[in-house]
Amino acid sequence: MNFKDNKAIYLQIADRIGDQILSGSLTPDGKVPSVRELAAEIEVNANTVARTYDHLQHNGIIYTKRGLGYFVSPDARDQIVARRRNQLMQGEMDYFLGQLKAVGITPDELQRLYQDYLNK
Amino acid sequence: MFRFNQISFSYGKKSPELFHDFSMELNAGNVYGLLGKNGAGKSTLIYLMTGLLAPQAGEVLMDGENVRRRLPKTMSDIFLVPEEFDMPQLTLKKYVSINAPFYPRFSMEDMERYLDIFEMSGMMDVKLHALSMGQKKKVFMAFAFATNTRALIMDEPTNGLDIPSKSQFRKLVTTGMSDDKLMLISTHQVRDISDILDHVVIIDQSHVLLNTGMADVTSRIAFRPLREGDQPIFVLQSPFGPLGAVPARDGEETKVDLEMLFNATLQNPAAINQLFTTSK
Repeated sequence: MNFKDNKAIYLQIADRIGDQILSGSLTPDGKVPSVRELAAEIEVNANTVARTYDHLQHNGIIYTKRGLGYFVSPDARDQIVARRRNQLMQGEMDYFLGQLKAVGITPDELQRLYQDYLNK
Repeated sequence: MFRFNQISFSYGKKSPELFHDFSMELNAGNVYGLLGKNGAGKSTLIYLMTGLLAPQAGEVLMDGENVRRRLPKTMSDIFLVPEEFDMPQLTLKKYVSINAPFYPRFSMEDMERYLDIFEMSGMMDVKLHALSMGQKKKVFMAFAFATNTRALIMDEPTNGLDIPSKSQFRKLVTTGMSDDKLMLISTHQVRDISDILDHVVIIDQSHVLLNTGMADVTSRIAFRPLREGDQPIFVLQSPFGPLGAVPARDGEETKVDLEMLFNATLQNPAAINQLFTTSK
């Protein structure tokens, strides 16, 4: 797995698991790979992956069954969407809107672009 | 698992002392990265901890036994992959049948799995000296990991490996590691191994400048473009503006840049020391 430089690895792994939940390749109450399995797959230290799982558990995205491992929370999807929406609004949206303004894209144009995108 | 007790070492009366009153502890369950400049004593440290060199003063203990006694129970639990080595004129199969009995936890199944990770399956009947340097290294490392010794010590393991093998090497480490084992990787190729380390040890002549967990580094130092109000420990000029290692603020967490951490530690050991000794 290739990592970006600007974010702690354990959080980037959490994002990847979030992507898998959103795309449906991990399903509610479905099993998440064990720490060792995932560490070997993505070639990352197992303690880093353990940290990812702590983080996801703390945020209610996965839960643990003693002795059986980790599972996707039933409402994981909603949790992730809410968190990402929050992040987008606080961070990237501001930059994005700034770029739109800089190149002179009007609200009408933006609406049209977004509508076209949704219709694709 | 390992304890260096106040060791002093030089390569002879006229040579300068490489280690003086040097102490350090290394614990099971960790993948250690050992970093240091050329001549800082990384390889010497490795030979001292595997009982190949004897310190003039002090001792290196593994589970309480002096490694210099080279007791069978110690030696059967340590495996060293040196930076350079020769392989005998044998087939891999023969090599394994001669050497595996020294390691009680050797597993042929693991050996096959590791050869497979390195895309070296079906090599058992090939003569070892006919292999290229990189292939020899991969075969030898597959054997090293398959011995399942509790301590696995590697000197520049990714040197001479081609691009795909570096990723395969990381897979070997993350597959072979377990809580009762200790792996120590001495290297200059920090980019190859950054993601698989638990712990980083930076040494300079007779001093441990830094010995800390990667999670600890993440929580204490941010590696990123500089911002107003930062008090950087290390600054790197880049075409996009200055980057730096700065004390992490407001819970920020970035990916550890080992190269920058290394340079920061060598350039400003006092600041690093202070940052890591204050409680968080």
